[in-house]
Amino acid sequence: MCAQTRRDSTRVINEVEVTGSRAEAVVEGQTLSGKQMEALRNHSVADAIRYFAGVQIKDYGGVGGLKTVNIRSMGSNHLGVFYDGIQLGNAQNGVVDLGKYSMDNLEEITLYNGQKSSIFQPAKDFGASGTLYLRSRRPLFMEDERDNVKFTARGGSFGLKNISGLWEHKWSKKVTSSLSAEFTDATGKYDFRYKRVNQKGEVMWDTTATRNNGDIQAERVEAYVQGNIDEGLWNVKAYFYNSERGIPGAIVNNVWKHSQRQWDRNFFVQSHSQKAWMKGRLESQFNIKYAWDKMRYLNPDTTLRYVDNTFNQHEVYVSSATHFVVFDDLETCRRKGKFDVGVSADYQWNGLDGVLQGASFVSRHTMLLAGAATYEIWRMKMLASVMGSFVRDHMTDKTDECTPSVFLSMTPIKGNKDLELWAFYKRIFRMPTFNDLYYTDMGNKYLKPEYTTQYDIGLSWKHDWNHAMLRHLELRTEGYFNQVDNKIVAVPKGNSQYRWMMMNLGYVEILGVELQMKTRWQFSRDWSLDFGGNYTYQKAQDFSDPEDNDPEAGTWGGQIAYIPWHSASAMGTLSWAIKGNMGMNLNYSFIYTGERYHTSSNILANYEQPWYTHDLSLRYAVSLKKVRLSATLEVNNVFDQQYDVILNYPMPGRNYKGIVSCEF
Amino acid sequence: MRILKLTIILATILSLGACREDQVVILSEKVPVAPPEIQGGLVGFYLLNEGNMGSNKCTLDFMNLQTGVYHRNIYGEANPDVPKELGDVGNDIAIYGNRLYAVINCSNKVEVMDKWTAKRIGQVDIPNCRYIRFDGDYAYVTSYAGPVLLTPNYDQIGYVAKVDTATLQVVARCEVGFQPDELEIVNGRIYVANSGGYMSPNYETTVSVIDLETFQEVKRIEVAVNLHHLSADSHGLLWVSSRGDYEYTPSSLYCIDLADEEVCGSVDVSVGNMCLSGDSLYIIADDYSYLQNDWRGAVYSIVDVVEQQVVCNNFIKDGTERDIKMPYGISVNPVNGDIYVTNATSFVDPGRVICYSKQGIKKWEVRAGDIPAHFAYLWKDEKTK
Repeated sequence: MCAQTRRDSTRVINEVEVTGSRAEAVVEGQTLSGKQMEALRNHSVADAIRYFAGVQIKDYGGVGGLKTVNIRSMGSNHLGVFYDGIQLGNAQNGVVDLGKYSMDNLEEITLYNGQKSSIFQPAKDFGASGTLYLRSRRPLFMEDERDNVKFTARGGSFGLKNISGLWEHKWSKKVTSSLSAEFTDATGKYDFRYKRVNQKGEVMWDTTATRNNGDIQAERVEAYVQGNIDEGLWNVKAYFYNSERGIPGAIVNNVWKHSQRQWDRNFFVQSHSQKAWMKGRLESQFNIKYAWDKMRYLNPDTTLRYVDNTFNQHEVYVSSATHFVVFDDLETCRRKGKFDVGVSADYQWNGLDGVLQGASFVSRHTMLLAGAATYEIWRMKMLASVMGSFVRDHMTDKTDECTPSVFLSMTPIKGNKDLELWAFYKRIFRMPTFNDLYYTDMGNKYLKPEYTTQYDIGLSWKHDWNHAMLRHLELRTEGYFNQVDNKIVAVPKGNSQYRWMMMNLGYVEILGVELQMKTRWQFSRDWSLDFGGNYTYQKAQDFSDPEDNDPEAGTWGGQIAYIPWHSASAMGTLSWAIKGNMGMNLNYSFIYTGERYHTSSNILANYEQPWYTHDLSLRYAVSLKKVRLSATLEVNNVFDQQYDVILNYPMPGRNYKGIVSCEF
Repeated sequence: MRILKLTIILATILSLGACREDQVVILSEKVPVAPPEIQGGLVGFYLLNEGNMGSNKCTLDFMNLQTGVYHRNIYGEANPDVPKELGDVGNDIAIYGNRLYAVINCSNKVEVMDKWTAKRIGQVDIPNCRYIRFDGDYAYVTSYAGPVLLTPNYDQIGYVAKVDTATLQVVARCEVGFQPDELEIVNGRIYVANSGGYMSPNYETTVSVIDLETFQEVKRIEVAVNLHHLSADSHGLLWVSSRGDYEYTPSSLYCIDLADEEVCGSVDVSVGNMCLSGDSLYIIADDYSYLQNDWRGAVYSIVDVVEQQVVCNNFIKDGTERDIKMPYGISVNPVNGDIYVTNATSFVDPGRVICYSKQGIKKWEVRAGDIPAHFAYLWKDEKTK
């Protein structure tokens, strides 16, 4: 609460420092920051972004369990995740496990459908069907301070023990740094319950068991240095993550525990710098990154195939982007408008060693070139971009592709920016991953890229009132149509279900509508409420196999696996400023995922029930001179619902967490 | 405030309109597919649907030939009180005495049921179990999960478990090759097809021979890579299928002369699954070729075991094989010679069973469970067989 006030007061400076760029996005993304961010502070990134419209999460359960995210039913490989401006990669399987990323050190999360429609960004930012930006906390200091220190300790269900620390230091007026570390240890054990009744409602069986082998031990260390130069800035970031976890596995008849384990070690160092010339008309940025990810997977279970594989992935990335304002008379006569052009070039090298088909080491060179232009006149903004991708794998055919995008937005009412309309079109693709291409028993080096085409229209209205009880209201609706073609799917390879193969067989059409609302209420000087929610309707139909058209059980036209028609979420924070130096927040959040099927054949045997969870947390904060203390108590899944997100992967019931933090 | 009300109404509609309810045991579905027909003492057949790994969707279907009704997914209804139903990945099914035995690979068990009602009697725990055959008072089950060798890859020897059908206990084990699949019992010997499927590309190439009396491995017969199915004919030959290596060596068929226990011939035909009926070995396949990056095309062949060659290249005569996306299981009706072929479609979506007359004309087709594959015939009286 108090800490929040401090941060809010410096928000404006903050924005400029972080994005660094004056080139804004034509279409705004969905953002999680401020109080909402604080309310979700103790979740993983994957859990937090469930509160965005259009996001579906595949959650295999538990503290260390895999959590993957897809937006608008296009598959998790199509979401680009950027950590402090540079993309997190996984050339091996293309999926960033957002369950691994802690919110502890994050300040803001933004999701863009299509892409961030900005002109001044690396080519990579144009290269996904949707982009998610995670921004870590930046060092900020009050006038007379040189150091900020924060400690947080968490504990609770699943044998969770977590401590984290942060130290921010101001070296000079221009150079600041931060160092943060986090340690997590959890047994991951929780009880789950499966139950069946007969047609009369009598209980036939009712089994409670403990989820085992979901333990995790993880360490994260991050260091960050930033500096300001004349008309520019630079920063360097180093990230290290090390973990060992159990893989809890599917609960099937006669098998109630598993013993598979996974070790991950992720390291990256990255740097970003940018500078403007000619009073901001010309601006350039330069990014560089090196990442090394090591993963070991062990299956010691002798009832299954013994596996002990270690993979090392390396990535080198260099990017440069420049934009130039050709003309701009928006501040003066507004006759010609503003025309801004940009160009960016990226080079990336990925290498992977490990147990792969026919090769001990595979690599890929990716060259990306993007050109973009924005034009702003009257009350309209538009952006058009073209991206050229040139990919060279050492074993497969080359891929040279050129894909476009167009974004358009306007505020139709003169002198009033409350109402905004926008539309975009984008076509992009994702490369087959190294696993898709080369993985033993599965890989298919003849794979082609998988394409998405997106059409989107949206409308938003927001308004602020200075004195009414309702201070802020924001409504947003969006409709979209997506096509995924050449979709990479696993198909059986001959007469055995132990031999699969990746093929470009799928075609999916997705029609969706999203509704969002955000409000802020001020009931009195001390009481306020932030409340918002969203609803998503998605019809994601599988049109891969026209011959599989049996009206009852055919997959033709069926809703694709695990995509609900209806999903919704809501979140509210009630704040009470008890005294000047004391405050309390009560947070409530709700997630609803409607009925789904676990394959495109929408029959009773494949039916998955809706699930919904209610989470509550209470936070108390107090400021004693320079020390800010807070304590939080969380109850998640308050009504103890027993559910699976993924068939046979039971989720935890009611669980608790306690958090104390101290900042000075 | 209007907004707040609207939200509350919306939330109420959502939570009332689509609430999570208690999960109900799924009942079997009865689908009339054929006219009722008396076929001697044959009542019908059980069909085991494998279900995908991790899905726990192994299901049991029953085709009643006397009534012509197909009963889909009968296990849950027959055993509503069994937690987590039949299990994960069925791999073989057989009737012996009054019992029905289903080998459930990833549930590490052989499920033992009453052959008339499919009611559960008990289970035999055998890790990574694959195929089952019977002799006297014992069942013999192959398993991949034998002792781990201290090789760099921790290779694991397979074994054959000897199960006392009275107590449902494993009474003895006999180690064989790596990843043993189908087995056949002839003339007091057990023949086991070793696959080495976990050891790609260093597949096994042998058939293990076990003396039934001593229950000791006495011999290895060198055949070809990655062996799978075994079937003994009435002329002293044992037919063995090789899966090939999925890359350069295609699947194919070999025969072993049981007199000297040596390979005595081979037939150049792709084999995915096979079923012997009289002197005709019915074969289906849909091989993938890594070199051509394509499926070689489906095979519906008959090999005459006397002539030792393909005598029919396509036993489906009405062109309906085009509707079969992935031929997977095959069985031939022992009374009227009808041919049952299963279509595993995409492996994750429901499969189908298609019945062809002996002349190769489609008689009926019905949806089954996921990956329909293994058949067991039910007779009124075992003696009328």
